[in-house]
Amino acid sequence: MQRRVFLRSGAFALVTLGLNPSFLRRTAFATELRGAARGKILIVLFQRGAADALNMVVPHGDADYYALRPTIAIPRPAARAGAALDLDGFFGLHPALAPMRPLWERGMLAPIHAVGSPSATRSHFDAQDYMESGTPDVKNTPDGWLNRYLAARGTCAECEAKAPTPFRAVTMTEQTPRILAGPAPVIAMSSLDDFTIRATGSDAERLEALYRTGRADIIHGAGAETFDAVKMLRAANPRRYQPEHGAEYPRSQFGQRLLQIAQLIKADVGLEIAFADVGGWDTHVNQGGATGQLANRLGDFAGAVAALTTDLGDRMGDVVILTMTEFGRMARQNGNGGTDHGHAGAMFVLGGSVKGGKVYGRWPGLAREQLYEGRDLALTTDFRSVFGEVVRSHLGIGSPSALFPGFAASDRLGVL
Amino acid sequence: MTVPSVLVVLTALIGLGCAPAGSSAVGSPPEPAITVEAREQTADQQVRHVLSRLAFGARPGDVERVRAIGVDRWIAMQLQPARIRDTAAERIVRALPTLAQSSRELLEQYPPPQVVRAQMRRSEMSREDSLQLRRTAQQSRRVLAEMQIAKVARAVASERQLEEVVVDFWANHFTVFAGKGPERYFIAAYEREAIRPHALGKFRELLGAVAKSPAMLFYLDNWQSSVEEGRPRLDCGPRAASCEQRAGRRRSVRSSQSAVRSLPNRPRGLNENYARELLELHTLGVDGGYTQQDIINVARAFTGWTLEQPRRSGGFIFRPGMHDAGEKAVLGKRLSAGRGIEDGEQVLDILTAHPSTARFIATKLARRFVSDDPPASLVDRAAETFRRTDGDIREVVRTIVTSQEFFASSAYRAKVKSPFELVVSALRAMNATPDMTPRSAQVVARLGQPLFLHQAPNGWPERGDAWINTGAILNRINFGLAMAGGAIPGAHPERWPRYAEITSAARANQVDAVISGFLGGEASVETRGILERGENPLAANCELRAASCELPRDTAVIEEDMAPAAARNRRDPLSRPVHLSGLNEIIGLALGAPEFQRR
Repeated sequence: MQRRVFLRSGAFALVTLGLNPSFLRRTAFATELRGAARGKILIVLFQRGAADALNMVVPHGDADYYALRPTIAIPRPAARAGAALDLDGFFGLHPALAPMRPLWERGMLAPIHAVGSPSATRSHFDAQDYMESGTPDVKNTPDGWLNRYLAARGTCAECEAKAPTPFRAVTMTEQTPRILAGPAPVIAMSSLDDFTIRATGSDAERLEALYRTGRADIIHGAGAETFDAVKMLRAANPRRYQPEHGAEYPRSQFGQRLLQIAQLIKADVGLEIAFADVGGWDTHVNQGGATGQLANRLGDFAGAVAALTTDLGDRMGDVVILTMTEFGRMARQNGNGGTDHGHAGAMFVLGGSVKGGKVYGRWPGLAREQLYEGRDLALTTDFRSVFGEVVRSHLGIGSPSALFPGFAASDRLGVL
Repeated sequence: MTVPSVLVVLTALIGLGCAPAGSSAVGSPPEPAITVEAREQTADQQVRHVLSRLAFGARPGDVERVRAIGVDRWIAMQLQPARIRDTAAERIVRALPTLAQSSRELLEQYPPPQVVRAQMRRSEMSREDSLQLRRTAQQSRRVLAEMQIAKVARAVASERQLEEVVVDFWANHFTVFAGKGPERYFIAAYEREAIRPHALGKFRELLGAVAKSPAMLFYLDNWQSSVEEGRPRLDCGPRAASCEQRAGRRRSVRSSQSAVRSLPNRPRGLNENYARELLELHTLGVDGGYTQQDIINVARAFTGWTLEQPRRSGGFIFRPGMHDAGEKAVLGKRLSAGRGIEDGEQVLDILTAHPSTARFIATKLARRFVSDDPPASLVDRAAETFRRTDGDIREVVRTIVTSQEFFASSAYRAKVKSPFELVVSALRAMNATPDMTPRSAQVVARLGQPLFLHQAPNGWPERGDAWINTGAILNRINFGLAMAGGAIPGAHPERWPRYAEITSAARANQVDAVISGFLGGEASVETRGILERGENPLAANCELRAASCELPRDTAVIEEDMAPAAARNRRDPLSRPVHLSGLNEIIGLALGAPEFQRR
């Protein structure tokens, strides 16, 4: 720790003398970062508002699907615009997810269907809460499961030996979301540009001095770390990394946040867990079919995710992107051309090490007696099975059961 | 250049920058004054202490006022808020009409946008439709925004400071989440009718008012908890059929015009959420000595405590048809069969009288007022007061805030401010006019505490360490800069009464005044030195850690490298560079200093 601080600060002293920064990156600054930087990375994306799984990953081989959704169903795969993009002869992607189709073909994309929370709740709040705490139907879990992962991981000797970085867990949101709430440190920022002291002249140095002197308490300690982190980010200067390999991020807030996650990854600041969320999925009214409201949301979503994977290129070998939404929507469309709150939903797992090109999860069917409470897609995969597998197989934690108290995973999905 | 030669240069640089630093002891406090009781804190500290614990920090002139009245008398006055004239708070409430409205009125006047959208019933929206939708969405946000504005403004301006502190305490103890479905329509009535009238009253009455509030009934789902299949029910008399129907098992599918779309169709039997949190978070505490069976039986006791016309924001109603009328045992006490609403009332009696509740509430109050780990001796006495007075909150608070432990040196500035306390104390120190825009509340949210929007039922943390981390300090510093830069409505440094008087005084005198006005009159010698010095603070103040021994650099150049690719949120005062000089600079540094993070 002491050495890390010394090297980093020393590098800054040199920068201010006008010495060659690229030289520094290869030596002092670089040596302390690489160890932590080139580890596995998990990017978690939350579709808040309950994305309509049945129109996202379309069961076009299930005749009941078309009976339940006379005006909003996505047409069977065909050589014309607006049809589902076939995956395996039974499922297809919504046409607006076309940017993600190449990832399927390269075996990097694994959709999971009929997945979600065993809780019966149809409240957005409760269901998001459960998905983020990782404890369905238990409301008073104080922390989120990603923070429990960080805390559990932080105790192993091997990880301690690596240089700790303040950017291990970053959420591109204004507030720390429930999923990352807890004792392990997490940095929340709405944009990389916000992670700076808004002082001019020498006031930033003065403020730093206020925290580096005086009594040794938690406030001074956190303050010193803050200034270290600000400088670390400034030196790494993630904003200089432009999208590569022709990646084009949507100009939406979500697209720009994924761009900044890519920049953080390329800047090698030791990012391990990244989080972003995107709203607009609560399509009760007039959600549209191949085009319309939901299609627009999916287009933005897929465009951003595809740009991120393109941009990261080979680095995707170390990266897994996990998407989630609090529940699915009713199997039958409602009287307003929309869908009401349902039960099981769909997730995507995406990455170089993902056993993609296959739709995971047992399909429960859409016949009336197969539906949950006679109306919703039934649950066949508990979301904790997916989370546990990602944590174990990708991040390499031995026993994910501690992250999900009271849950014993049955079968491995084998998605990783 | 080789690596060893880099190290030589580094060592040389550090050697240059690092003059030995002075001691880091806090400046010695003034001579202890004689007080009626032999308290550890000096007379001056006692004045500042009560203003930072029973109030949200001192406004200009407050220290002098409390000193003139006397600390003990001022505490006694604050414990009787009804006798304090509070025109400032009245003005704020009048300016925010939704505060006085019923949930039903709010729902009608500011309908959720999705309801309006559903009523349009058109597949293609016209330009007019979308304009109207946008207006509706804006208006519907007002319901929550006015509560947030009021919370900050009252804390800043109310003369009944202790009342605002305890209202904040109980609203957090009995937290609800305004983001859950229609909850935002319930919170004005919740604070106005359940929390505020009982904040210094009897705990049992507070607990009962919360238990019957639509806000809590909805937040923790008790409104849809109903008797399990096969359990004994109440005989509903000649209209037994309608009684059965009220159990809700035959609700029809909701119409498209339902006011609140996310409400489930029907109750699904017993729901334990409220029962569990009632025991764990509201009364006994997690180690308070209850079992899972107690939770189930408490949940059974509260079946039928529900909402009348929940979709139209109706009030509390007890529905006998939903109630489990069987015999129940709760914490070793028997609830006899065949009763209705009395079951829940008796549970609240049992819980209020339980020694675990006295201890749990006493501990939490002592943590709020004294320190994160309050002395056991004090908790014991506060719990004893709770038992002796049947849960008289005013007396429990009195026991705590008049104790030797409260006035101990170790309690002085022992608490870390929450973001809400930080913002409000800064606004008060600067003599700000109440901000009637949502801006201040947005800043509180930006600092990590979106008001009325804590999701989980455990509320915002009462311990300091939970608020202090890397991102938090950064935002707190930027908040101080933004305040001094005049970016918060109503809070310009020029409003600080001493501003004009010292604006052209010597820097040392300015620093003295700022330390007195903003940092409680005490700052470490280092802090004072940094505020006074014009140049190169790091080079001159190089401490033990080599990390601080850097030469100042041209931040402006680096800022340019970091130029934003995406457009910034121009309304966020924490996202703009702040250029400060002179007295404003000293104020900005003081607000960003470690000392200002404590109360």
